[in-house]
Amino acid sequence: MTPRWRPWLYLVPAIVVYGAFLLYPIGRSVQFSLYEWDGLGASEFVGLANYLGVLTDAGLRAAFGHALVLIAFFALLPLALGLAVAAVLNRARVRGLGLFRTVVFVPQVLAMVVVAVAWRAIYAPDGPLNTALTAVGLDSLTRAWLGDYTWTLPAVGIVGTWVQTGLVTVLMLAGMARVPREQYEAARLDGAGPVREFVALTLPSVRGEIAVALTLTIVAALKTFDLVYVMTAGGPGNSTTVPAYEVFQRAFRTGQVGSAAAVAITLTVLIFGLNLVINRLVEPREDR
Amino acid sequence: MTTSRAETAMNYLLLVVVCAFALGPIVVVLVTSLQPDLGGGGIAWGNYAEAWSQGSFARYLRTSALVSATVLVVALTASVLAGYAFGTMTFRGSTVVFSLVLVGIMVPTEAIVVPLFYDLRTLGLTNTLWAVAFPQMAQSIAFGSYWMRAYFRTAPRSLMEAARLDGASERRVLWSILVPVGRPAIVTMTVLVFMWTWNEFLIPLVMSPNGAYRTAPLALALFQGQHVQATSLLAAAAVLVALPVVVVYLFLQRHFIRGMLEGAVRE
Repeated sequence: MTPRWRPWLYLVPAIVVYGAFLLYPIGRSVQFSLYEWDGLGASEFVGLANYLGVLTDAGLRAAFGHALVLIAFFALLPLALGLAVAAVLNRARVRGLGLFRTVVFVPQVLAMVVVAVAWRAIYAPDGPLNTALTAVGLDSLTRAWLGDYTWTLPAVGIVGTWVQTGLVTVLMLAGMARVPREQYEAARLDGAGPVREFVALTLPSVRGEIAVALTLTIVAALKTFDLVYVMTAGGPGNSTTVPAYEVFQRAFRTGQVGSAAAVAITLTVLIFGLNLVINRLVEPREDR
Repeated sequence: MTTSRAETAMNYLLLVVVCAFALGPIVVVLVTSLQPDLGGGGIAWGNYAEAWSQGSFARYLRTSALVSATVLVVALTASVLAGYAFGTMTFRGSTVVFSLVLVGIMVPTEAIVVPLFYDLRTLGLTNTLWAVAFPQMAQSIAFGSYWMRAYFRTAPRSLMEAARLDGASERRVLWSILVPVGRPAIVTMTVLVFMWTWNEFLIPLVMSPNGAYRTAPLALALFQGQHVQATSLLAAAAVLVALPVVVVYLFLQRHFIRGMLEGAVRE
């Protein structure tokens, strides 16, 4: 018989490292968020004032607003594209799907800094994007993509679309492959067109995959840091700043450590809430 | 299922278009990295040598390798041990502790990095390998314990019981039976942890402010700041930083895809 303390012996290394470098710092973050501190001098207890700041500070509200825009580009657009591509591919047997998966997944394994460098080159004033626009006679559309108050945030968003679309497509293909072929044949015999087929058969079968895709991509959008740090540094002005970038700036550049911690905790609560909501939305069907 | 030839052709076209979208920016970087900086023709392989020496990438890639190896060794060992306990033993408190571990998979780095910096600074530990590696170990242990538990739960009980009857100790069952059998799960975890650690940006940025443990991605960001005009050198540097993970990906892509998709599907 195993003594009662045996399992804990195996757990010790994991618990020590995880407790000291993950759980404990979260607690400390919560504590930090209740104080006003510049990182050097004395700190002052301010209660929930820093959280109030998340709601009232114009800079922070802008940052969370930008995160919402990024969610559209990181999550919704890839989901629409991924569903469409996978649904079309699923209708006819094609060879080479293995190679396809390998290729479209590549953006996921590149460091975000590398991705940012690549896209900065593409968006450069004399870069491939403007060159291509000029070549097809759309000179009027060329601009400094990363120096424009209106276009820089969407330009950063498109990079997210590029990174996430492959992952979402692969997920959708995996889900759709589970639907038995006979069901499609039956639907076609009943006279269902491609649209009916998609809505009635394909879409319900990938509910679970949609939930996973949305969770992964929305969390990625909310956590965006490297991309903004390297591509735009939040600029021009503060038109592309995001919550994670504000955490870094406030904690390590502008001496607003308490506020930074409050933003970080808010971000964490949002991510947990989102996970919960998305999983709830999917569950009832899966229980059948 | 019958599909028309036109539809099949359409699908191949779609495959090509989507692949082109995924590869386009990568091709741009590769082509740029081989262009001579001052115009003129030819392929400038020299860009790589120049980026390598100007950006001190030998040093930073070595730092990245050191950090990745350290994180891997500790995180893998701790995760295998923890997964073994969670997956094969019943004990009080197991559910509670495991839920706490699951929480860690979702926690964003931003939520821990601020106090980590200030607390470790107080202890005089910033700018050390430990400051850069330990937080990443903790994150990888969260995922790893979850991932290894899933494997140990499905590991063949009969094999374990047979070994036990033969007098093998708990430890022996783990290291000489379950770990070899579970190689696929362990390889998947290894490649994921390697990729996460190699590509991590925020933790080394914050935890090593003087650059003593500057990893390759950070060096690339710095290099960009210094070489705004030298597009081809910058592109070459980007390729150098991305290469190690991409090479591992090309050999073990099934593990990457499986891990990133299945690892995301939490119970």
